[in-house]
Amino acid sequence: MVKLHEVCRQVRSKNAGPFWVTADLFFDGPENYARYKGAAGLSADAVAKVFSVDPALVKRFAVDNLSVVKISYPRKTPQGGAVERDMHSGQQYVRLLDTPLS
Amino acid sequence: MTASNPKEFSMNDGRFSDGGVKVLVPCGALGAGVRPDEVEAGLAAGAHAIALDAGSTDSGPAYLGTGKSKYSRAAVKRDLSILMEARDRAGIPLLVGSCGTSGCDEAVDWTLEIVQEVAGELGLRPRIAVLYSEQDKATLKAKNTAGLVRALPPLGPLDDTTVEACSHIVALLGPEPYISALQGGAEIVLGGRTTDTAVLAAVPLMLGAAAGPAWHGAKVAECGGQCTVNPMNPGVLLSVDAEGFDIAPLSPDNRCEPRTVAAHMLYENSDPFHLVEPGGVLDVTRSDYQALDARTVRVTGSRWERKPYTMKLEGAAGGPFQTIMIVGIEDRAVMADLDGFMARMDEALRDRVRRTMGEAAGDYDISLRAYGWNAVSGQARPPGAPAPLEVGLLFVATAATQALATQIAKVCNPYFFHFPVRRDIELPSYAFPFSPAEIERGQVFEFKLNHVVQTADPFELVRIRWVGAGVQDKEVRDGQAA
Repeated sequence: MVKLHEVCRQVRSKNAGPFWVTADLFFDGPENYARYKGAAGLSADAVAKVFSVDPALVKRFAVDNLSVVKISYPRKTPQGGAVERDMHSGQQYVRLLDTPLS
Repeated sequence: MTASNPKEFSMNDGRFSDGGVKVLVPCGALGAGVRPDEVEAGLAAGAHAIALDAGSTDSGPAYLGTGKSKYSRAAVKRDLSILMEARDRAGIPLLVGSCGTSGCDEAVDWTLEIVQEVAGELGLRPRIAVLYSEQDKATLKAKNTAGLVRALPPLGPLDDTTVEACSHIVALLGPEPYISALQGGAEIVLGGRTTDTAVLAAVPLMLGAAAGPAWHGAKVAECGGQCTVNPMNPGVLLSVDAEGFDIAPLSPDNRCEPRTVAAHMLYENSDPFHLVEPGGVLDVTRSDYQALDARTVRVTGSRWERKPYTMKLEGAAGGPFQTIMIVGIEDRAVMADLDGFMARMDEALRDRVRRTMGEAAGDYDISLRAYGWNAVSGQARPPGAPAPLEVGLLFVATAATQALATQIAKVCNPYFFHFPVRRDIELPSYAFPFSPAEIERGQVFEFKLNHVVQTADPFELVRIRWVGAGVQDKEVRDGQAA
């Protein structure tokens, strides 16, 4: 079974405004990108489950020229409230690294 | 010092036909540290303007909530000194967007005061236009009642209570007020909250460059060196013409590559192909990225689709207050049962507050977060996960006032410091790094708005004030420049 981190040269996440998080999955080349960009583990439903958000609001983009899959989802609470643990959502991607792709 | 005459900027300017409208972007944010050698390189390349932003919501709600700048006054003054001197010498305008981080009126005035101080020290007399975009609550509520405020996901419709709760509300400026200010003779334009792109796109749009490339180039350049292979070099030169734009770093030993430029559309954007801006949408779906030479990338095919004029709203409200403590723990028995230890400590701390403060504590919260274990995610570790060697245990008390939060921390201090892993052992102690142990962190702020407001034109919600040489200090509503 292939996991996401095994076929990406970099994975990162970042706040995209105060209400959204965006994760960039940089695949290690066009081959693995083409093979796994449509994997069920990266579907809106699967990602929504990992982060406990509404799947209808999860956005996915395939950026062919960069071999990147981009996934954006709403924060559960706005950036910076009383319960904030990751102000810039910079570590949220870690929960995607072991996602099975096959 | 020679005063510049901004009217020299026109479509007929020889420099435009000779390679596009050139914007010197000295760094990603005013106060982050511009480099004089890079600024010189930009001037030597024939820059038509210096433009950069000074803020965003990126660093969290406290800056908009308080109106205070993220960067220090000294750092902002240093950058302004270099840029204002360069601007004056070259006779080109300087545009600064989102002044003072949040771009609320207080933050803009803070920046203006520094600009005036620098002008005095350097013997400069620039003509300054100040663009305010903080919003009056009554105006905004009327707009909302009229159905002109629209929510963006994941938020719902705006209500008056939310508007009232905000300490500051700003609308994001488009390029038009900057253009109006420059056409009115401004040599320095200090903007309130502005989209990152608008402040950089303003001069290319004013001088007739194509809209798609102007907006796309501005997006690529807005974080300065982020679009280069070595972002430690902060400055870039953007050149926009009728067909596309060129982007290159200002440092001779740095370079842009098609990959670094294309990848910048990913950064902090929820959609890598479309960017909604005041009055339109940038579409880069068909953009083509080519290396022009070893360090310059040319981008063509970017499109701009006009839309009804909207301005995005940002608002932040003050909430409760927090006092924190941190203690280091290496104790092996604690490490072996960290989740159990923390659960028992949490219960003991709450019990301690109940017994010592009772109802007086009000609606409070205590949060324990073990750095080195699961503080970042807050998610339970899987059973059998190896014990850490040490953790930094963070205690966060949240209460209605700073005094209450601190009182809670103080009554919890001995338990937080000495809580035993088992009942039958002699009193242990953990490792406090500070005395006093508690740190008053201040107020919690929260973003409240994710809405856009429709306006009759780009100036309806904007106030322009003129300051400096040859003009009386005055404020004019509705963008009617002096």
